Amino acid sequence: MATAPRFWRENPSRYNLVGIKCNSCGRHFFPPRSICPVCHRKSVGKIERVKLKGEGKIFSWTEVQEGPEELSSNRPYIYAMVEMEDGLRFTGQVIDCEPADLQIGTPVRAVLRKLSEEGPSGVIHYGYKFVLRKEKSP
Amino acid sequence: MKVGIVSYGACVPRYRITPEEIGKVWGADGKAVGKGLMINCKSIPAPDEDTITISVEAARNMMKRCDVSPKDIGALYVGSESHPYAVKPTGTIVAEAIEAAPHLTVADFEFACKAGTAAIQTCMGLVGSGMVKYGVAIGADTSQGAPGDALEYSASAGGAAFLIGSEKIIATLDRTYSYTTDTPDFWRREGQIYPRHGGRFTGEPAYFKHVLNGGRGLMERTGTTAKDYTYAVFHQPNGKFPTRVAKQLGFSDTQIKAGLLAPLIGNTYSGAVPLGLAAILDEAKPGDRIFAVAYGSGAGSDAFAMTVTDEIDSYARDRAPTVKEIISNVKFLDYATYAKFRGMIVLGRE
Ligand SMILES: [Zn+2]
Repeated sequence: MATAPRFWRENPSRYNLVGIKCNSCGRHFFPPRSICPVCHRKSVGKIERVKLKGEGKIFSWTEVQEGPEELSSNRPYIYAMVEMEDGLRFTGQVIDCEPADLQIGTPVRAVLRKLSEEGPSGVIHYGYKFVLRKEKSP
Repeated sequence: MKVGIVSYGACVPRYRITPEEIGKVWGADGKAVGKGLMINCKSIPAPDEDTITISVEAARNMMKRCDVSPKDIGALYVGSESHPYAVKPTGTIVAEAIEAAPHLTVADFEFACKAGTAAIQTCMGLVGSGMVKYGVAIGADTSQGAPGDALEYSASAGGAAFLIGSEKIIATLDRTYSYTTDTPDFWRREGQIYPRHGGRFTGEPAYFKHVLNGGRGLMERTGTTAKDYTYAVFHQPNGKFPTRVAKQLGFSDTQIKAGLLAPLIGNTYSGAVPLGLAAILDEAKPGDRIFAVAYGSGAGSDAFAMTVTDEIDSYARDRAPTVKEIISNVKFLDYATYAKFRGMIVLGRE
């Protein structure tokens, strides 16, 4: 069954890391939701859509040897939890680097890559993955 | 109204393969082929990269370097011969990914390797006429040569994006001139995976004739000669052609050095002149004049005369990586991995 409509609705958040901020407690959440899971009813009318900066640090990571079918040509690949500057934790692939380049705390940033495609004639799904972020020397 | 480049950004995939490694598979002296073409290695897209992801990364780098609101972008064009969809514009996804959607016009351009510069010309017209405040022109490709074909040694991937506007211009687009004929030097029929080419026919009557006529036509119309320019960049299907054509037009090796990327990354097709121009802007100073000629098979050339402005001194170039920085993250692949990455291996699953 085609999943195009579901993916399409989530495009703003997956392309541009659009999440929400609850203006009752100040917390950020991703993906976007309509009420705050902490404040519940108190958050009604206080939910704001915000674009996250897309920068963070490696919180934890692993090298995946056996993954889903759509990543078979990338094996082995690096999968990480990323602590974002906005206080959120994301999980995603870390690309364009070697395991030796990574440590807990290594700065990364989100980029857009192909996540999967619905066969050779179907829709291509794009979303975020992470690459190393070079901290510019001042 | 002065129209010019307000910002720019680049993207080149990390993976590389050498002509020697390709030649090994086909029983050819790849090292000699590479030397003849002046190509040391070529870039290869990762399995999760395509013209859309390269365009998005280049466009995001472009937006990082300026403080223009994406909502002020009125037009976005992506020139490529490797759009991932035959029907469904690359530009729709790029526009969404830089938050320029929905109030803008978008289209994908095609003219072999000069589709990106055709997009720059279109944006010049739209900005100059006041129809849009800013236009985005992107040239990007993930090109493939048929396995074993001469093109396999050069066909590579990369792209660059340019924000065209009339305020805070870092380089004015002073004049453009195009030269177009019906020349079947290189083509790909609808539904075919790999392009075909006319062998030796791709040189003199195609590349050289069009680049020389485009370049000379622009010099005549601007009353300039090669000596008036600090930098020059030409379409680079390999390192040899642009080096030769530059000499024929009177340019020295020093003038073309900054924009000559083919020896390091191969032929990025629609990305070639845009990336060369980005590498020049990475180091250009106020008052520098830039000469650029793109070539597209089929065939035609787009020539540009540009002047770098004082604005480049306050422009936030360092908010995004330079072309030199981008192409310094390199990993070499063997032919088997390259073939897997490029989808050249027929898989057993449906
Ligand atoms: Zn809350």
